[in-house]
Amino acid sequence: MAAALRRASVVAAAALALVGLWELYRWIWTSAGWTWPFVVDKTSMPHVWTIFRAFGQPTQVNQPALITILFHKSVFTGKEALVGFAVGAVVGFAIGIVLAHSRLLQRGFLPYIVASQTIPILAIAPMVVVWVNPKLPGPLQGWGAVAVIASYLTFFPVTINTLRGLRSADPRALELMRTYAASRWTILWKLRVPASLPYVFAALKLAATASVVGAIIGELPSGLQDGLGGAIINFNQYYSFEPQELWATNVVAAALGILFFVAVVAAERIVVRRAPENVA
Amino acid sequence: MSVVEIKGVTKTFARGNVTALENIELELQHGEFVSLIGPSGCGKSTLLRVIGDLTPPTAGSVTVNGKPARQARSDGDYGIVFQDSVLFDWRTVAKNIALPLEMLGWSRDRRRARVEEMLDLVELRNFADHHPWQLSGGMQQRVSIARALSFEPALLLMDEPFGALDEMTRERLNLELLSIWEKLGSTVVFVTHSISEAVFLSTRVVVMSPRPGRIAGVVDIDLPFPRTVETREDPRFFALVTQVRELLRKRGEHLLPEEAAELL
Amino acid sequence: MKQVREWLPALVVFAIVIAAWEGSIAAFHIQQFLLPRPSAIVRSFWTERHSLWPAGWTTFKEALGGFFIGSGLGIAVATVVGRFRGVGTALMPIAIAANAVPIIAFAPIAGAWFGEVSPHSKMAIAAVLCFLPVMVNTLRGLSSANPRQIELMRSYAASELEIWRRVRVPTALPFVFTALKVASVLAMIGAIVGEYFGGAFNALGVLINSDAQVFDFVTAWAGILVASILGLSLYGAVAGTERLVVKWAADTRDS
Repeated sequence: MAAALRRASVVAAAALALVGLWELYRWIWTSAGWTWPFVVDKTSMPHVWTIFRAFGQPTQVNQPALITILFHKSVFTGKEALVGFAVGAVVGFAIGIVLAHSRLLQRGFLPYIVASQTIPILAIAPMVVVWVNPKLPGPLQGWGAVAVIASYLTFFPVTINTLRGLRSADPRALELMRTYAASRWTILWKLRVPASLPYVFAALKLAATASVVGAIIGELPSGLQDGLGGAIINFNQYYSFEPQELWATNVVAAALGILFFVAVVAAERIVVRRAPENVA
Repeated sequence: MSVVEIKGVTKTFARGNVTALENIELELQHGEFVSLIGPSGCGKSTLLRVIGDLTPPTAGSVTVNGKPARQARSDGDYGIVFQDSVLFDWRTVAKNIALPLEMLGWSRDRRRARVEEMLDLVELRNFADHHPWQLSGGMQQRVSIARALSFEPALLLMDEPFGALDEMTRERLNLELLSIWEKLGSTVVFVTHSISEAVFLSTRVVVMSPRPGRIAGVVDIDLPFPRTVETREDPRFFALVTQVRELLRKRGEHLLPEEAAELL
Repeated sequence: MKQVREWLPALVVFAIVIAAWEGSIAAFHIQQFLLPRPSAIVRSFWTERHSLWPAGWTTFKEALGGFFIGSGLGIAVATVVGRFRGVGTALMPIAIAANAVPIIAFAPIAGAWFGEVSPHSKMAIAAVLCFLPVMVNTLRGLSSANPRQIELMRSYAASELEIWRRVRVPTALPFVFTALKVASVLAMIGAIVGEYFGGAFNALGVLINSDAQVFDFVTAWAGILVASILGLSLYGAVAGTERLVVKWAADTRDS
C-alpha cells in the first residue's frame, strides 16, 4: 500500500516536473528570443493551462465541451485498438506455438515475419481499408478494417516472444515430463506455455501500445471521423488558430496508450504471480 | 613474515542486525594454505571478503603484506577466485587471463608471454582463443585460477572455487591447485564446505561457527607433501577429517537441525 | 551447403506465396486495383524507378537522420543517467510510461514546429520514436552488469571509469543493439508517417499516399516495396554491425 502510494507520488511529481520544464523552456526561449530549433510562441507551445482549459470549452458553438467529444472519440479508438489487440495477441500466440514445433516452418516463415515489420503500416492502411471493408459484416464496417491494422502491429512482438518463451522451458523439466510419458499437448500446456508467460506478457506490454498506435494510424487514411486519428487530422487543419485543441487530443491519445499499458501490467500481476522479473 | 594479520575483526550487517563476524583473530604465515570451513552463515566468505577489502569490517583491522587491506588491494597484492568463474563473456580465454595484467599496465609482449605460461600451467593451451561459453565448468574455473595467478600475487583468495563442480573434477583440480601452489609458493586462503577437501589441501584448517561468526578451532594438518591420490587413503587423513568434523559437531549443538545435517 | 539448407525453406515459402498470389488473382478475378499481381508490382517497380528511388532516398535520409539523432541522444542520456543509480531507478517508470504513449500522434506537431514540408520535422518524429527504446534498453544494459565481475575489478583496484569501460559497456552492448534494431524499423515508419502530414512532393510517404488516393495501388505497392527494402537494409546494417561488435555472444543470431 505504501509502495503504491509512493509510486503514485513519483508519477505526480514527474508530471509536475514535466509541466514545469515545459513552462520554463517556454519562458527562457521567449524571453531570450531564441528561434532554434524552432520559434516558441503560443502556437508552437501553448501554455499548459491553455491546453487544459480547452478541455472544458466547446470547439464550436452549440457543441459539447472538447473533453466530451474526445472521450467519445477515445472510446471509439479504444474499441478498435482493443479488438485489434485481442485478435493480434491470439493470432500471434497461435503462430508462435505452431512455429515452436517445427524448425522447418521457422526457417520458412520467420524471415518474412521479421521483414513484415519493416513495411510502413501507414502506407498499406488505405489499401487494407479498401480491401477489408467490403468483406466485413455491417456492424464492423469502417472500424473493423482499422482493428485489422492494429492487429497487424500487435501480432509481431507476441509471435517472437511466444517462440522465445516456449523455447525457454527448462530442459530438465522437459525430460521429467517425458518420463511421465506426457504427450506433446500436455507438455505444451503444463510446461511450455507456463514457462513462456513472462515472455508473452513482456510482448503484450509492447503490443498494448502498438495496438493504440495502429488504431490511430489506421484511422488517418481511412477517413473515419469518429476516432482520435480523425480528430488529429481535423484539429491539425486548425492548428494555427487553435493549437490547444490538437494538443488536448494528443494528451488524450497519450492517456489512452498508457491506460492500455497499465491494463496489461495489471493482468500480468494477476496471471504471472511468481514469474521472474524483467524478461525482455 | 606474516602475510595476513587479522586483529579483532567484527562485521555486523545493519540490515537484519546480523553479526557475521565477531572478534576474529588470525595470522597467516608466508606459504601457508589455510582453509576456512563452517556451516552457511558462519561468516567464512565474509571473512575472505574483508581480507580482500571488498567489504569493510565494522571493527578491527586487517593487514596484508604488512599494509592495510585497502593499500594491499590497490597494489594488486592478491588474486581472487569465486565459486562461479566470473569470466567475461566478451573476452577469449587468453584475454580473460590477461585482464589483471592490462589493469597493471603490462606491455603487450609481456602480457602475451605470461598468458602463455598460465595457459600451460592450467593445461588450456589449445583453448586460448575460445570464448568462456565454449568451455566446461571445470575448464572455466581453471581459467579463473589462471587469471588470479597471472600477476603472481603473494596471496590467493578462493571462495568455494570448486563448489559447483562434480566430485571427480573437483579432486583433479585439487591436485592441480596443490601443484601450482607448490610451484609458486604463494599463500592461499580457501573457503570451502567440504571437510575432506579442506584437510587434503591445507596446512591449516580454521573451523568457524555461526551466529555470531567465530573461530571454533584451528587444526594443523601435518600430512606430508607432495599430496597425492594416496593421501586420501592415509589413516592420518581420516584422523584429521574426524578431528575437523568433531570440532564442527561440538559447535553444531547450537546449530539449527538442517545446518547440522548439512555438515554430517 | 549449410547456408543453402538454412535458407531453402524461406525460398520455397517465397515461391509458393508469390505463385499463390498470382494464381488466386487470376482464379478469383480479384480486381487489379484492390490487390495487384506481384508481377505488375515488379513491373511498376522497374518502370517507376526514376521517381521511386529518389523519393525513397529523400525518405531514407530523414529516417537515417532521425535514427542517428534519436539513438545517439538515447545512448547519451542513458550513459549520463546511468552514472547515478537513484536517478536511473526514478526515471525508469517515467520512461516506461512515455514509451506507452503513441508518439505517432505527435507527428503533426513536429510539422508545426519544424516546418510541414521540411525534412527536419520527419527527422524529429523518427528521432523521438528511436530515443525511448534505445534510452530504456541502454539504461537497463548498463545496470545489469554482473556484481561479481564488478567485485573482481575492485579487487584489481580498478577505477569507476575502468569498471564502466571493461564491464558495464560490454554488458550493455547486446541490450543496445536489440534496441537499435527496433529503432531502425521505427525510424523508417516515423519518417513515412511524418510525410503523411505534409512533405516534399518527391518523398516516399507522400508518393505512396497520393497514389493510393487515386487508387493507383500498383505504384503504391511498388513504393511500399522500396520502403521495405530501405527499411530492411537499415535493419541489416545494424544487425551486421552487431555481429561485428558483439561477436562473443552465443545467441545474437536468435532474432
